[in-house]
Amino acid sequence: MIAKRIVIGLCLVWCALGSVGAAAVQTVTVGSKNFGESYLLAEIAAQVLEAQGFRVNRKLGLGGTLICYEALKNAEIDLYPEYTGTLSQAVLNLPGNPDRTQINQVLADQGLELLAEYGFNNTYAIVVRDEQAQQLGLRRIGDLHQQNLTAAFSHEFLQREDGWPGLAQRYNLQQPTKGIEHGLAYQAIADGAIDVTDAYSTDGELQRYQLRILQDDLGYFPEYRAATLVQTSASPQLRQALAGLHNMLDESQVQALNAKVALQGQSFQQVAADFIRANASRLGLSEQDTAKIETLSGQSPWVGQLWGHFMRHLQLTGSALFAAIAIGLGISLLVYRRQRLAEIVVYLCGLMQTIPSLALLALMIPLFGIGFLPAIIALFLYSLLPIVRNAITALANTDPTLVRVSAALGLSGWEQLRYLRLPLATPAIFAGIRTAAVISIGTATLAAFIGAGGLGEPIVVGLSLNDTNMILRGAIPAAVLAIVVELVFAALERRVSPPR
Amino acid sequence: MAWRQPMTEIDTPNDSAVGFHQVSKSFGALTVFEDLSLTLPKDQITAIVGTSGSGKTTLLQMINGLERPDQGEVEVLGRPVPYENLESYRRGIGYAVQGAGLFPHLTAEQNVTLVAKLVGWSEAKRRSRFLDLLKTVDLDEDVASRLPRQLSGGQQQRLGICRALMLQPAILLLDEPFSAVDPITRLGLYESFEQARQAHPSTTVLVTHDLREARRLAEFMVILDAGEVVQSGVPREVLANPATPYAERLIESQLS
Repeated sequence: MIAKRIVIGLCLVWCALGSVGAAAVQTVTVGSKNFGESYLLAEIAAQVLEAQGFRVNRKLGLGGTLICYEALKNAEIDLYPEYTGTLSQAVLNLPGNPDRTQINQVLADQGLELLAEYGFNNTYAIVVRDEQAQQLGLRRIGDLHQQNLTAAFSHEFLQREDGWPGLAQRYNLQQPTKGIEHGLAYQAIADGAIDVTDAYSTDGELQRYQLRILQDDLGYFPEYRAATLVQTSASPQLRQALAGLHNMLDESQVQALNAKVALQGQSFQQVAADFIRANASRLGLSEQDTAKIETLSGQSPWVGQLWGHFMRHLQLTGSALFAAIAIGLGISLLVYRRQRLAEIVVYLCGLMQTIPSLALLALMIPLFGIGFLPAIIALFLYSLLPIVRNAITALANTDPTLVRVSAALGLSGWEQLRYLRLPLATPAIFAGIRTAAVISIGTATLAAFIGAGGLGEPIVVGLSLNDTNMILRGAIPAAVLAIVVELVFAALERRVSPPR
Repeated sequence: MAWRQPMTEIDTPNDSAVGFHQVSKSFGALTVFEDLSLTLPKDQITAIVGTSGSGKTTLLQMINGLERPDQGEVEVLGRPVPYENLESYRRGIGYAVQGAGLFPHLTAEQNVTLVAKLVGWSEAKRRSRFLDLLKTVDLDEDVASRLPRQLSGGQQQRLGICRALMLQPAILLLDEPFSAVDPITRLGLYESFEQARQAHPSTTVLVTHDLREARRLAEFMVILDAGEVVQSGVPREVLANPATPYAERLIESQLS
């Protein structure tokens, strides 16, 4: 009776945990990739929708193009900001420099559609100091020919087929180049240590450091025109609501917005809200609509969000750990007596551990999509090794004298397990579970990359915005949780160990 | 001690409890026994003596099926060892080892009474048998709730013997259970063991490398040398008349 009540109670708690961010009518799930501009564009779209009465569920900061694209295809999100060049080059492998119409012809097969462009092109750019450009009369990339300037490019740009090698060939440039960390390049070019570098054409730093983009007059770089990617089945209401985003921003405007986030440390919610308020009529919003934005951006929701993240984190790691304990111990009991098989099992679990966490999460996507389930499966796989290894080692290495004595006393295999091996192995098994718990609490912070939420969400957002406070809002609770769990398990372990 | 003619016959007890019939046993490349035949007397204490590696323990463990001969047959109380049903067979055979081998997570009482519990003895019956056994081995009742690590070596060893005797086995196998304690404690253990055995006589096989112990406790004695029985008989006679140079060396090293 009591047991039944406890079970029902637990189920209720579980459901309550699960309902964090639950769906309602007219809900749109907005995704973004994990870099600043993608957040910003997604946030603008989200607030524009909210202003028009939609309920928006944000899955921002998904770990890259592939994850966003698959998530949209699987209808786990309804839209996210994407770039024409990324779609044609990285996703669809289309030759040349196809425009939106051509891309949409291919996308239609996938059930996806790129809506009208936002108006700017975020592509690779070759930049020089504005002042030097005026002195030397530099306007186009070709003007670099036979100029004695120090060029340093990001390592990726130097390597990429569509980076420097191709560019130098197209424009017949022969100057020597060196590699530089992209984050340092702006400071270096501002200080005059280098004269030419690569950048993204919408980087906020371009305005701050007064850099000029040299025109790509030969059209070498593919165009990366930003627009909202949706499913072809997107409702007319949704399309109508997003129509205002068409041509809303040019390069210099995006640079200014990016700078507010990246350089002035404003939240992208704030920057998006300010932008929408200032451009309400262009975005097709009435005063009533923008009033909603005002109240929205006035909220400081992070404390409330933190609770949700925390509970989600518990749910992720708890589910994974329970599964790993049940299945891990089951496997251990099946194989511990067969040395060869036991070695193979431990080896396989170890192999799982060597897959980098992000790679494992990415591997989950084609199998299980994005979100909660694949994250739990990945965490489960990570939790297996410490549990299985400890259990098998402890069960198989019971003091051989005691095993011999127990056999000689007439204990059956099962009785030996029940009365000798398991009790003696319990402390080691607990230690394994404890390690697994701490590992999965840590690894679960990466689950945010596949939209599973948890305390990783503020970390992922904070990382992409270079916002230490926001990173700490995820990192500190995660660390505290790990420590608390560690202590609780240590106490439990002491209770199950034989007294000294 | 002077060298005498080897005895041509090996003494064989009439009423045998354990019989090894042409038994061979190897561990990988190491042959321990080849074509061994030996019978041990019923209701007596037999001491198996010999140096390390002579095969004493293996011989003992073939009686309760911990080791299985490669060839030949082991017969106990007139029946071959039932390898397909060792668990219930072993419950009729007591077993005590050097260092006692108590389960570290169980109390003294739980250790001694575990098998009785598994075969379904009531708690009252287990308790009263346990208390009887404590008395016969001179242990206080207050050890009952202690864990092995809270007990002295001598106390653990006594409990090991209690555990072996718990189900009143017809056969008792002892693998050097007295050798890991100091000499004074050992003398006390001998007395306790003799008392316990008087209370419940059984066929007992004692493996030991200590000839004084064999002389003190055993009624029958077997000297093993590299897997061969070189001499057997009543201890006093065997010790007085070593049959081979090995037996003589063994006796001289310990008893002169």
